[in-house]
Amino acid sequence: MSTSSKGRGMTPRLGNLFRFQWEPAQQCHVLLYPEGMVKLNASAGEILALVDGERSVAQISAELQRKFPDAGDLSADVLEFLEVAREQNWINYVRGN
Amino acid sequence: MWLLAELTYKCPLQCPYCSNPLDFASHGEELSTAQWVEVFRQARELGAAQLGFSGGEPLVRRDLELLIAEARRLGYYTNLITSGIGLNAARIAAFREAGLDHIQISFQASDEEVNNMLAGSEKAFRQKLAMAREVKAQGYPMVLNFVTHRHNIDRIDRIIELCVELEADYVELATCQYYGWAYENRDALLPTREQLERAERITNEYRARLAAAGNPIRLIFVTPDYYEERPKKCMNGWGEIFLTVTPDGTALPCHSARMLPIEFPNVKQQSIASIWNDSFGFNHFRGDDWMQEPCRSCDEKPKDLGGCRCQAYMMTGDMHATDPVCSKSAHHERILVAREQAEIAYAAEQQSGQLGCGGKLLARNERNSRGYSRDSSQTSPASVHVIARG
Repeated sequence: MSTSSKGRGMTPRLGNLFRFQWEPAQQCHVLLYPEGMVKLNASAGEILALVDGERSVAQISAELQRKFPDAGDLSADVLEFLEVAREQNWINYVRGN
Repeated sequence: MWLLAELTYKCPLQCPYCSNPLDFASHGEELSTAQWVEVFRQARELGAAQLGFSGGEPLVRRDLELLIAEARRLGYYTNLITSGIGLNAARIAAFREAGLDHIQISFQASDEEVNNMLAGSEKAFRQKLAMAREVKAQGYPMVLNFVTHRHNIDRIDRIIELCVELEADYVELATCQYYGWAYENRDALLPTREQLERAERITNEYRARLAAAGNPIRLIFVTPDYYEERPKKCMNGWGEIFLTVTPDGTALPCHSARMLPIEFPNVKQQSIASIWNDSFGFNHFRGDDWMQEPCRSCDEKPKDLGGCRCQAYMMTGDMHATDPVCSKSAHHERILVAREQAEIAYAAEQQSGQLGCGGKLLARNERNSRGYSRDSSQTSPASVHVIARG
């Protein structure tokens, strides 16, 4: 409980090895890094598209909730994905959180 | 798709394991700026997302800033693969301005003397160190690439420590692959099995230690296929992902493929789409219809697709043969002989007290390259004798 409430106030940003973009030929979002590429599924793409070093995890969840009102509570899924993304060094958290 | 743009064969260094063709000096005129931009545009349309600027030494091209800017505008992740020779802080900043995403610097060794002898340059090592520091200072992701072989692999600990000190994000500890110039120099470069196993063990120890210390550096250890019993899946599949365009516009499924007796298409005559989809060169080794025995009936063929076509051609004279690395190959003996020669040469080097490059190494330069020209009557290339003290 305490971990997740703490997590929601934190602000993720993209790791400096990675570039996030839409790939028209693949019809998906991707993360590009030195000599490599990660193809993202639709939900991972939606989440990372909102990671800008300014929005907090809670704000990202709220924004996705507005975009997909029928999807139920998304915050646990968002946190879970961001944890995976952090382990992969795709993102890190802005200091001071 | 991954596009490797070999902008030029010109290079200030003379590394004896260069993957450029032996006869590079006799190849045609380099593509113009406009021709390169058109190649980038067409490949991007086909789905290429990664673009490597390579060579020779890509910094030799005066229009590199412009090419980077155009590539970035098209949406590529742009990689500069360089020796660092010809780089300076202002140019690193100009590349950043143009949108360059990443710089990879290659080193020849962890210490100045061996590095410079292998590179054939007096000042190379210091310049590389200075440029690696500058690349990080300017905020780029940085990959350091060390081609390892018999004469530097025993210093893998020092190599890794140097990379940690330089704050590399990725380190490629790439065991030399024996094509092009490296094949000519193979007997002087191939490490022994014991050397390799030691290097891999030390790399694993560093990985564990660095990870425990929270260091995000990634060490990538590339094993040479000479010590495997099954070949590697060449280029992750012929014509599956990889497209190389050489300085004169020849399109290849792999940067070594030019040595094969195949007429490869040229971007000056054909679109990238027709090269990729319709050309003989790209279709010939796609899938497994081309295979002979023992590959054809082998249940492991989807894993390695028969291995490397260049290696098969170099070692058997038949580009359709099984890669001799495979223990099922009728020519596997040739790999075993190379391993044995490495043992013998290593023992001799140990005994003579020379830790460095005892033996003849053929330097990659224009003069030696002209000796390999297909229509040349010139004399065979001169070997240079290189000895580094340990």
